[in-house]
Amino acid sequence: EHGPYQPHEPGYGLDQPGYSPYEDEIPDPQARMLAIKNAKAYLLKTSTRSGLNLYDHFANILTKILDEQPTNTVDIIEDISKDVKWAQFRKKMDTLRDEHLILPTFEAAEKCKALFVKEVGEEEREELDEEMPSLPNVMETAFYFEQAGIGLDKDESYYIFLSLKNLINVQPIQTCRFWGKILGLEMNYIIAEVQLHEGEGGEEEETAEEEEEAVAEGEKEMGEAEEEEGEEKEKEAEPPKSTYKPPPEIPKEENGTGTNKYIYFVCNEPGKPWVKLPPVTPAQIVCARKIKKFFTGRLDAPIVSFPPFPGNEANYLRAQIARISAGTHVSPTGFYQFANEDEEEEEGDAYEENPEFEPPPVIEMVESLATWAHHVKGILKQGRCVWINPSQKSEENEEEEDEEEEDKEEEGEEQQEERGLPLLTLISEDEGMKNIPAWTAQASTNLIPQYSVAILQSNRWPGAYAFASGRKFDNIYFGWGHKYSPESHTPTLPPPAQAEYPSGPGITETVDPTVEEEIAFRIAQEEALAGEEEEGEEEEVEDD
Amino acid sequence: LQRDYRFERVWFWGCIQGLRGAYYIAEGLGPNRAAPRSRLYSLNCLDWSLLTPATKEMLALAEQLKGRFQGDPSFEYNLAEINAEAAARLTESGREPVIKEEARLIATIEQIDREVGIVPRGAFVKTPLGSVHENRHFEGLSLLEAKKLSSYFHFTEPVNLKNKTLLEKADLDPSTDFLDSLEHDIPRGSWSIQLEKGGTVVVLRSLLWLGLTFYHVPMTKQFGYVYFGTGEKNLDLPFML
Repeated sequence: EHGPYQPHEPGYGLDQPGYSPYEDEIPDPQARMLAIKNAKAYLLKTSTRSGLNLYDHFANILTKILDEQPTNTVDIIEDISKDVKWAQFRKKMDTLRDEHLILPTFEAAEKCKALFVKEVGEEEREELDEEMPSLPNVMETAFYFEQAGIGLDKDESYYIFLSLKNLINVQPIQTCRFWGKILGLEMNYIIAEVQLHEGEGGEEEETAEEEEEAVAEGEKEMGEAEEEEGEEKEKEAEPPKSTYKPPPEIPKEENGTGTNKYIYFVCNEPGKPWVKLPPVTPAQIVCARKIKKFFTGRLDAPIVSFPPFPGNEANYLRAQIARISAGTHVSPTGFYQFANEDEEEEEGDAYEENPEFEPPPVIEMVESLATWAHHVKGILKQGRCVWINPSQKSEENEEEEDEEEEDKEEEGEEQQEERGLPLLTLISEDEGMKNIPAWTAQASTNLIPQYSVAILQSNRWPGAYAFASGRKFDNIYFGWGHKYSPESHTPTLPPPAQAEYPSGPGITETVDPTVEEEIAFRIAQEEALAGEEEEGEEEEVEDD
Repeated sequence: LQRDYRFERVWFWGCIQGLRGAYYIAEGLGPNRAAPRSRLYSLNCLDWSLLTPATKEMLALAEQLKGRFQGDPSFEYNLAEINAEAAARLTESGREPVIKEEARLIATIEQIDREVGIVPRGAFVKTPLGSVHENRHFEGLSLLEAKKLSSYFHFTEPVNLKNKTLLEKADLDPSTDFLDSLEHDIPRGSWSIQLEKGGTVVVLRSLLWLGLTFYHVPMTKQFGYVYFGTGEKNLDLPFML
């Protein structure tokens, strides 16, 4: 593509008058002009590939260089040459394509624009101030967290603010809070923690009850079928029935209590519609403790893991949110108090703000962890906040079975009653891992103590932060959604293969003796008997 | 810093969070961008201390150490618990079997840079003499290119470059493609590419070192990466994908 510039290449020196190899053959100036014309014709030769010719290309390059006069031209000459070619190329493409691409930026901006549009009917609604749900002041919270160096871009915070407002307009919400952001592989999740008005969660409860009834009916039918087959046992020999009964399913907690105290809405980006996450079941929490998976960003993605997770990514996300909330939502001690003095046991779920709360100074909040307390119940090993005895529930289904089986089951299922920590425990009692404390506390700045904010970072769930400044406090989560473990994550091994029935001589198959062997055996036996009789006779003879 | 150490370019590398405090790290470079970088750390962004370059021994030892950084540079890890052989070797040579947190810091930063320090394709050019410069002609990646993993390179000595087939090598431009591309990182999918702000910014997050974030604004010269995290490698990555 470039002109020949190496001595060994053919044509080298052709374009320089006076140096062509045919010089001795062209003595007179007229022929020299001809040589020059030949050289120029060569330069003007059009390339077959791109339709350009060298002469024009050089002219363009020199024009561009003289116009722009860049420094160190000789170093970037090749790039300039490429740029000129590129510019030519693009012009051609424009004539072919007429439609312009819709930039993804434009689409995203459209969605965000919807956030900014104020509804027409809103002015009427503003009169109902009594029942207006409290919109969290996301910008204020973002300001405090920014003091600690945590948080999102201001623009993004504002978009989240607006989309939360939209959420409140759409759903019957009592309280709402920006919970945090969980990063994913393809897309991220923005999560809002919400409490609906009472009675609004009723739809789900009904469907859940229907499901439970259906399951119970199914088991009853199976029980009846077993009875019928039991009668028929005498008639036909049937393969042995498996006596395996799966451990009874631990029922999930009611909406509004325990792990399901709040309802969570997620969206991938502010401006996209909010999706409600289903309530979490104890089985999901127990399984989520054993696996560690990245979120992809799509709620319907399956979770491939061992032990197999009962649900898709939406359930896994909900389970992780529940664990994070239970582990890291804290408030200054004394801010909340129990509604009823008697309810200090685990049964008590209700707490309310303490009107006499005096916020301790920031220095104290940073130095001593006893000034912070959890206000969310911890999750027991069972996967719930309140322990339930699973064998109580299965009594209905056991009526149709044999009494012997009943006794065995009760013995096997006796589980230890689990007790969790009471509700408002101080975080200074949180266990650390090895020599790592569970929390790290810092003040946002040492230089201006009057306005500094106490910041708490969780070491058990990296990404969970809490701040407190006077009466204001909040919790937030920015991270990948996984718990911190000092050791590597080892997936649970599959259970060992069930041992076969031990093989002994009793059930080992032996080869049936063949006919000859049987005959030989019988003959040998008869001979032995005959021998014994003879011996017996001999003995009798001897006795005599 | 730039004045004191005579660096041509200085930038903020990131922040490693320890239990009791955080380390702020800065890097400085001379004219040759591919030379080993000088690193400085500070606990309060005011007083900076130079870190010695990492030695292989430090790297090997630091890989054994697990758990969070403490936040105190003179904190000593007891090697005897972790690796009895290395401790024995050290005691033989007359030194104590401990490794200081500073050494661990050096080794960790070196590892992070080596494994996940990335640049967009075309941002740096290699001259025939071997030294590496920024490409002043670099206009940024286009939106399409920015979404592909192959448009980003590791900014370290290439490992896989020689293994490519001749056919692939013919397409490469030796002045810009002298580094390893991200496509062949093991395990596959250890990078997460996202477009934020409606496609105006491309963000790549490493899943191997959680906290390493690389950004680039397509069609401009702006790009960079920063590390905000605990300084621990994510060894559970294969289980998490």
